Amino acid sequence: MLPKAKLWLGLVVAALTLFSTNLQAAWELNMTQGVTQISRDTYDLHMQILWWCVAIGVVVFGVMLWSIINHRKSKGAVSATFHESTKVEIIWTVIPFVILILMAIPATRVLTEAYDSSESEIDIQVTGYQWRWEYKYLRQDANEEEVSFYSIMSTSREEISNDLPKQEHYLLDVDNPLVIPINKKVRFLVTANDVIHAWWVPAFAVKKDAIPGFINEAWTIVEEPGIYRGQCAELCGLDHGFMPIVVHAVEQEEYDAWYAEKQEQARVTREMANNVVTMSEALENGEQIYARNCVACHQAAGTGLPPAFPALAGSDVVNGDLRANIDLLINGVPGTAMAAYGRQLNPIELAAVITFIRNSFGNTTGDLVQPADVNTILQEAQ
Amino acid sequence: MSAAHDDHHHGPAKGFTRWLYTTNHKDIGSMYLWFSFAMFLLGGTFAMVIRAELFQPGLQLVDPNFFNQMTTMHGLIMVFGAVMPAFVGLANWMIPMMIGAPDMALPRMNNWSFWILPFAFAMLSATLFMEAGAPNFGWTFYAPLSTTYAPETVTFFIFAVHIMGASSIMGSINIIATILNMRAPGMTLMKMPLFVWTWLITAYLLIAVMPVLAGVVTMMLFDIHFGTSFFNAAGGGDPVLFQHVFWFFGHPEVYIMILPAFGIVSAIIPTFARKRLFGYDSMVYATASIAFLSFIVWAHHMFTVGMPIAGELFFMYATMLIAVPTGVKVFNWVATMFRGSMTFETPMLFAIAFVVLFTMGGFTGLMLAITPADFQYHDTYFVVAHFHYVLVPGAVFSIMAATYYWLPKWTGHMYDETLGKLHFWLSFIGVNILFFPQHFLGLAGMPRRIPDYALQFADFNWISSIGGFLFGASQLILLVVVIKCVKGGKKATAQVWEGAQGLEWTVDSPAPYHTFATPPDPKLIHAQ
Repeated sequence: MLPKAKLWLGLVVAALTLFSTNLQAAWELNMTQGVTQISRDTYDLHMQILWWCVAIGVVVFGVMLWSIINHRKSKGAVSATFHESTKVEIIWTVIPFVILILMAIPATRVLTEAYDSSESEIDIQVTGYQWRWEYKYLRQDANEEEVSFYSIMSTSREEISNDLPKQEHYLLDVDNPLVIPINKKVRFLVTANDVIHAWWVPAFAVKKDAIPGFINEAWTIVEEPGIYRGQCAELCGLDHGFMPIVVHAVEQEEYDAWYAEKQEQARVTREMANNVVTMSEALENGEQIYARNCVACHQAAGTGLPPAFPALAGSDVVNGDLRANIDLLINGVPGTAMAAYGRQLNPIELAAVITFIRNSFGNTTGDLVQPADVNTILQEAQ
Repeated sequence: MSAAHDDHHHGPAKGFTRWLYTTNHKDIGSMYLWFSFAMFLLGGTFAMVIRAELFQPGLQLVDPNFFNQMTTMHGLIMVFGAVMPAFVGLANWMIPMMIGAPDMALPRMNNWSFWILPFAFAMLSATLFMEAGAPNFGWTFYAPLSTTYAPETVTFFIFAVHIMGASSIMGSINIIATILNMRAPGMTLMKMPLFVWTWLITAYLLIAVMPVLAGVVTMMLFDIHFGTSFFNAAGGGDPVLFQHVFWFFGHPEVYIMILPAFGIVSAIIPTFARKRLFGYDSMVYATASIAFLSFIVWAHHMFTVGMPIAGELFFMYATMLIAVPTGVKVFNWVATMFRGSMTFETPMLFAIAFVVLFTMGGFTGLMLAITPADFQYHDTYFVVAHFHYVLVPGAVFSIMAATYYWLPKWTGHMYDETLGKLHFWLSFIGVNILFFPQHFLGLAGMPRRIPDYALQFADFNWISSIGGFLFGASQLILLVVVIKCVKGGKKATAQVWEGAQGLEWTVDSPAPYHTFATPPDPKLIHAQ
């Protein structure tokens, strides 16, 4: 084949590949109408202001285009001499002002509704971390088992690096979705533990900044069961693009069953913290926890991204004193991206991940840490 | 004898020292413009990296950390290195010639305010080669991401911002002093060209807000190095305070980048419509109103931080009000074109594109002002599309229009009109392919500042990237046009354009090294 023909063939193949990978993608043009009263009101506001803009644009650009076509020198146009008119200036000051008032009225009404988070039936504390969300259901009764969990992106690093095909909900899937009942007023108490994040679910028209030291309020009443996806909307560092939000809105009975199961899980986890684990269990569990929590900074091979994110392979800390290593994991390193995982992982997970890093990436300490040991350290710290 | 003596002192010096020691407003204007163009190419290169990475889903070229460095550096370099110095360069060149002054009021400070800039940007850019990497917290550098969690190079960034701020403040003091003190007899305030008016108002904005920027980076410096907790909640500080202070600078800053553009377009449209600008007085008042309003709208950048509803409403209403004076300006430009006798040379093409595309950016700005709708738009590609529409086919197109418009006056040669028009059309098409689909991306839910995206965003992203490469490559044509024009070309007359009005067109082309050493004849000064 001639080199030129080869080049063209290559281009055609490349173009076909490009289009075929995009077949699954939607040509979405507009804002979602969502599944709540507020989201539909917001959509209506959006369309209303959009149509005003289109109308004004048609008039203004229409006059301009007409002038460009007709008042050109090449057509023999001679310029007029008028150059001011107070009357005209007043007209085109007043008309936009009136339009603005017409827009401000419904906008004020919707905003007032969106800000009324009173009389909620379920309260959920949403905490942003680099780079995961924590959901904690506030209890009515302090003796109840508390439901609280982390929600982390479940898309694999191999999909991101193009080593595996991308699944349907690429970058928009999590391990533990938030579950809420439909037709109940759910209030979100939004905060953050490190930098500023923003919790956003387009279908609810809820976007609230998660700010360390502050608790912001937002609320929703979802009307249709379904899975709703969103993303962190405020730049929060390295993996800002990889902390999605998934909300399952379900019928009340399903929610109650899920909630009871979560409470049961919490109880079991608390009790299992006293069980003795084997090396292979710990390594297997630890690898998964590492992949979910640590890999963004410390990398799959433990090489890190120095200098901000140190390597674990051959690290002095990981190969050094065990107690110091556990303390560092529990308390984090203030002033760096290393978070205090004592609050984020349970003792079983903490023990497993310590065991994993101390026996992987060429590290060969042979240490097997038990959940009970970590639990003791956690209790000492309190 | 005396003439020879004068020539000896008043011609430019030879070699590099001419540029290093110069106090001549034209030399300094040229340096600002070249510097700005260099920064435009550098910031543009960063943008190409961003668009290349976003061409397809998945991470192909860069890691997320470097991607964040690119978005940050792109924003900083374009705002502080490309757009602002370009306007200062145009001000240096044109304001003295427009008001019949021999030079800027404070020529030595003028030299100083230019020459500190290359050092600031060298320092900022050098962070790319440092171990910790360049700033990666976005050009808005929200704390605590930019303080507690920042790479060590943040200190270089802070120092660079201080120097840029000092340069801007000196530049604006100079411009105010020149306009208020050095106008030729007969050049009353209400006879000044609108470019002079808009720059006068811009200079006041700069003096008002650059110290605020200096303040906020100094507070960051103290938080990072001296143990204070201005923005650290754990120490009793307030991360939202950062945003209030930053946007109190930041919102006037966006008008700093657009008001001189209004002045340029108000000069070009009457020239090529061969008709006086419609509503000169209302243009001046509208500019002043926009400048005033710019100080009371800053928190519309922060509708989602959880302000009380009274605050949300105040900032929504105030922001919507800006549409009124901005609308007046657009209507006046259209009324100037209406029943004119138009020709469409390159400057006019860029000016018309400015009016249309800037207005589209204005429309999306109005949409963003509607607080509940902003909850959906905020921090998405809709915002990216909005501010790029006002900044690229807005501010940048006005700078290009100005370059083509005054290039014959600067060089004494006509530029290559065919290449100029080619540059315009490729830029116009490229910029719309680049930014228009980003509206759709934002509405469909794509957050800004992400290195990788969900599959439903794939189509518009690759289209946008293609537009980006086209727009980026087209800018090299401008470089060719300018170099060709400096080297030679058809001799330009003093008047250059048939319909041009104003003192700058009464001096030879190229403009002599010194103009208006004696004030112009007051009869030459016409109402605008």
